[in-house]
Formats: sequence, C-alpha cells, structure tokens
Amino acid sequence: MTGTFVGMPAFPSAAREALADTQLRHNLAHATGVIRGKRSRLVEEVDADVAGGGAGWEELRLAGAAVKQRALDALASHLEQLEASLTAAGATVHWARDAAEANAVVASVAKAHGADEVVKVKSMVTAEIGLNEALAEEGIAAWETDLAELIVQLGDDLPSHILVPAIHRNRAEIREIFLRKMAAVGRPAPADLTDEPAVLAAAAREHLREKFLRAKVGVSGANFAVADTGTLVVVESEGNGRMCLTLPEVLVSVVGIEKVVPTFAELDPLLRLLPRSSTGERMNPYTSTWSGVTPDDGPQEVHVVLLDNGRSRALADDTGRQALRCIRCSACLNVCPVYERTGGHAYGSVYPGPIGAILNPLLQGTGDEQTDSLPYASSLCGACFEACPVRIDIPEVLVHLRSKVVDSHRGDRVPKPEALAMKGAAWSFADASRLGLVERAAGFSGPFLKRLRRTPLPGAAAWADARDLPVPPKESFRAWWARTDGGRR
Amino acid sequence: MRVALSVTCINDTMFPGTGQAVVRLLRRLGVDVEFPAAQTCCGQPMVNTGYLDEAVPAVRSYVDAFAGYDAIVTPSGSCAGSARHQHALVGRRASEKGLDRSLEADLADAPPTYELTELIVDVLGVTDVGAYFPHAVTYHPTCHSLRMLGVGDRPLRLLREVRGLRLRELPAAEQCCGFGGTFAVKNSDTSVAMGADKVRHVRSTGAEVLVAGDNSCLMHLGGMLDRQRSGVRVMHLAEVLAATEDAPAEVVR
Repeated sequence: MTGTFVGMPAFPSAAREALADTQLRHNLAHATGVIRGKRSRLVEEVDADVAGGGAGWEELRLAGAAVKQRALDALASHLEQLEASLTAAGATVHWARDAAEANAVVASVAKAHGADEVVKVKSMVTAEIGLNEALAEEGIAAWETDLAELIVQLGDDLPSHILVPAIHRNRAEIREIFLRKMAAVGRPAPADLTDEPAVLAAAAREHLREKFLRAKVGVSGANFAVADTGTLVVVESEGNGRMCLTLPEVLVSVVGIEKVVPTFAELDPLLRLLPRSSTGERMNPYTSTWSGVTPDDGPQEVHVVLLDNGRSRALADDTGRQALRCIRCSACLNVCPVYERTGGHAYGSVYPGPIGAILNPLLQGTGDEQTDSLPYASSLCGACFEACPVRIDIPEVLVHLRSKVVDSHRGDRVPKPEALAMKGAAWSFADASRLGLVERAAGFSGPFLKRLRRTPLPGAAAWADARDLPVPPKESFRAWWARTDGGRR
Repeated sequence: MRVALSVTCINDTMFPGTGQAVVRLLRRLGVDVEFPAAQTCCGQPMVNTGYLDEAVPAVRSYVDAFAGYDAIVTPSGSCAGSARHQHALVGRRASEKGLDRSLEADLADAPPTYELTELIVDVLGVTDVGAYFPHAVTYHPTCHSLRMLGVGDRPLRLLREVRGLRLRELPAAEQCCGFGGTFAVKNSDTSVAMGADKVRHVRSTGAEVLVAGDNSCLMHLGGMLDRQRSGVRVMHLAEVLAATEDAPAEVVR
C-alpha cells in the first residue's frame, strides 16, 4: 500500500535530503525540461494562430480564469444546481465536510455491494483524503490503474508530481518494482521483462486488465463538474480511466466543490488550456463525460461525493481564494526552479510544487511547522504565475501566506531571531540617520571582516557555506554623496 | 524633470559604486539626478519574509523621501517591483490596522518608480549611452525585472550598443539564480543548488564579467563564483553603462 506524508519534516530539511540524491536530480531535470519544451512550443503555436483569427494564449488564459472565477464567486448556487442536475440524471449526491466523511461514503457504497476491491481512476482528491488507506482499514483493496500511480502503489512509494506521480523514477527502477511486486497483488510481470517503455506498459496492461474485468465498483475524481447539465468530466492519456468509468456496475466519484463549472459551453477554454499546460499536447487522448446513469450503458448506480475538506476555508481568504481556480495541470511544477531540484516529496503533500506551497496552507490553515514552511519554499521568481493557465498569482499568495505565518507568531513569548532581526531592520529603516549609523558600523568592520571572511549577522553561516561574503565598503553611498556633494566636489 | 535616485539599501550599504555609476551615467544623458538623503529601504526584505507591519516604517520613509519629485529611478528590478507591486499592500494594511492611517492615500500620490533601463530606454529614448567596455560579458535577466516589471530586452539593447563589449548568450538565462532574499538563508541548500546551475551556465559562456540589474542576485552569484575561484567577475549593468574611454570601469568586485 502507498505510504503517507504524515510526519514529514519541514521543507528545508526535506529538501536537503532530496538535493543529495543525484539520480533524482537527473530524472527531474530531464523530465521537467522535456515537458517545459513541449508546453512552450504549443503556447507559441496558439499565439501564432492569432493572425488566423484564433485567440492568443493570454486571451485563452483570461477566459479560463474568468470561468473558474465565475464559478467560485457564486459557488453555493452553482453547487445547488449541480446537485439538482445530477439527481435528475439518476445520480446519488452526497456531501462531505472532510476526508473522513468522504471516505465513509465510498466504503459504505462498496460494502453495500459486497465488494472487497475497487478500481481507481487517477485522482488527486482521493489521494488528498487518503481514500486507499481508509478503504484498506475496512478490508477493501483500492487498485490504482493509472500507470504511474500503479508504479507508486506497487513501490510502497509516495507521489512526487501531480500529473506524473512517478516522475522521480526511471525505467530501470520501474522494471525492478514490477518484477518484485506485481505477483503479490495479481498477475505477475513476465520473467523476461525488460526496461523498454513499451514492454513495461504491456506488463501493466496485462496486470490491470484482470482487475478491470473483475471489479464491481469503480472510484474516480473529476476534472470538472458541470452545473447546468450534471456532467462530470475526466481527462486522461491512457484509457485506463475510461475502463474504470465504464466497466464496473457501480461508480463513485469524489469531487472537490471547486471543480464546478457553471455551464457546459464554459468547458471550452478549460479543455484547451489543460492538456497544453499539463502534458504539452493539443488535446488529451481520452475525455470521458457522463451525466448520472445511462440505462443499459456503463455503471447503473452512480454516486457523487461533493467534498469540502478545507475549501470553504480557502474561499474565505480574500487573497488566497484564487488558488481554488487551479485545474491541477502541474505547469507550475514543471517551470519551478525549486521543484526541479528538490522534487515533490520535499513538500510533504500530494500537492507539491508552487501550487502545493499555497494550497496546503490554504486548505489546512497555518500553525503546523511543516505546512508553515511551505510558503517559504520559493524564491518568488514568478515563473509559476507566468505559466499558470488560470492566472493564479502564486507569488502574491505566497507572500500573503508568509504574513499569515508571521502574524500567527506575533503573540509568542520568546520571539524568533528572525522576528528580532526584522524589528531591528524596521527600526533602522524608519529614519535615514539610524541607517547611516548602521552603515558606518559596517564600514568600520570591513577590514576586520575581510580577514575573517564571516560576519556575525544572523543567517551568515547558511550563506557562507558555499558563497563568499561581500565585504562592506569603507564609505556608504550616502556618506560619499554628503562628502562630495554627489561627486561634484 | 526632477528625478530622484532611490539607490536602495543594499547598494547604499554594500555597493556604493553602483549608485555612483548611476549618477555619472544619468548626468552624461542630461539628467541631474538628486539623492534625497531621507531615503532608507523600499521595505521588500520585510514584505517578502511576511513581516508586513515591520515594512510600514520603510514604506513611509520611501513616500516621504521622494514626495514632490517627478520620477524615481532605481538600479534594481527587484526594488522597483517592490515599489510598484507591494507598496499598496503594505499601505492598505497600515491604514486598516491604524499603524499609519495616511500611508495608503500618500502612496497614491507618490511619483512613479522606474527601473534604470526603463528610464533610459522609455523616458529618455536612448539605447546608445556612449559607453565603452572592452570585455566579454554575459547578462543574467533577474526574475523581478523580467517577470514582475517586464523590462524585456531593454538591458540587452543597451548592452549591444556598448563599444568594445562582446556579448555572450547565457544558456537558460531566464531561470532564477536562487537568491530570493531571505530564501537564500532560509532555504540555503536549495538556493545554492539553483545558484550552482546558474554559475555553471555563466562559466560555460567564457565571459569575463557577469552583468545583471540587481546587486542582490549578483552578491549571491558573485559569492559562488569567488568561492570557486572562477575568475569571473560580477558587475551591475549601471557600472558597465557608465564606463567610457576617458573613465573606464575598474573591474574589481
């Protein structure tokens, strides 16, 4: 069974460990580089089509962001409409405040059908709520059927990317996992398995097919939930998701309440933005849509669990609520210079990278050391905002969340050294004559520091580990200006 | 036009040569830039670490020091970005929390802040500043100048006109160097990993000098280049543009 992120250390120490893994660094740099290149070529292609009457990429982003924002601005009424449409189409709608309630619904549906296993479509939300572990406790096996999720599950591993959860593994590692682990949970890998991608995929296909044909219950998330038609949408590359959505008798879909899209027509910009931003494809190979139950076709019992699990909390945050526009494309991960080097595990969540650094604190609130370290896991370079197809200003939200972390410590009896340093900075920056004093002291210390090559400033050790420290000049700019009248004397 | 120089706290304290270069360069272009001595810092170090209350005195000093000028020019993409994109946030909070009730309103009347290359190219309409710098140079576009301000190719247009300068293209130029303010110490391992890749690319160009528009990023990269005894120097763009045949730049830092 897949492990959990519970008890992960704060980002800086988790990152230190990841940075020392040269194989991981190599796998990540290669994989993110390839996806970045594919995505940027498609963005150029969309922009080049403007002359032919097409919308440019920026126009498409604005349209996508506007659809999601419209949905969030009147979320309650869209959700009520979604519930009504789904019910009219024959689906059963459940509301879940948190992970435990959602997991209980899925477990009770499976049990009602005497199922001791379910097949799963790749889904972020079921990972978020720890569904597999919760079902295991009820004696129900949850089989991941997305190839990369299967690799993670067989390897007792954790996902490290939203779209490519096994991005940290190379094909030699995957061959090992298949050979060692498949036999214990179903059809074994062939003994002559090689590390050719096509051969590995064929082994997974054989292994999964047994499960698809046997399972009575399928479990999915949804990329979008259309309010006016009661249509759920899943986009994927492999077709394994469609197997889960069509073969079992019973289908349970767990859907975050932020997935709602007001009308079917408004899927248009989102379905153009998502594949280009995530896999770097004009269109994803499989787009499955279903509206409740279709008689004699596909699952004849359809459940939809509408999940909050912190989304109301995020919605209440004026600056942070834009994060709920996220369509889980992972473009921000692929362009992030921090993610590219540390990988996803360092973020301690199923939502890694820049979006995870804001989504986790927004969903869970501040106060936990690991979660509070996430808004600081960024150099604020802005590459994520530039790449985001729904224009989430991630740097803005990161700074906002940093201020929430700082504010939560304002009542501390013993302030952190950093807080004292910032108070000191505030004092010296309040008045230029104070800053002048600090600069003169720095200038006097210059020759001394030159010999020592270190300073007594906080954070100096972390700086000087790999970087020489600059030596303060004898004379500050303001002192020079005063002495020479701005260079005129 | 009365133009005030916001030299920035880091240049004032650590890199006065950059401020002096801006003064020389702008005078040569006909702008007698003034230095309001009441200035301190734009407040970015506090804001970006989450200390918004602590940024209020700095933002207040910024507003007061530059009141009445037609424009502010600063040799930093990052500090220009802070003035243009973060001051309003601090002002709103200061007014709401009663820390400085008039800050938000006073910010609305503040003169516009230009990054140095924006002032030269857009306001003065100049790309050949009459500079001479006979060295092989590579240019790193800093994140805030590139993505927050959108200075685009203005710095490169200025560098291409410098006589004697041999411009070497920097691979993966648009990727962050890893400085990131307090990120450089709070996440020093990741910061150094990012810097190591940037430095590797810089060294692959064979340039003698790495040029950028932010001394904070250059302090980080220069610290690594020095530690590696690479022989590559770092220089602020203003110092390259200020150099002439008569008054050549000293490539010292």
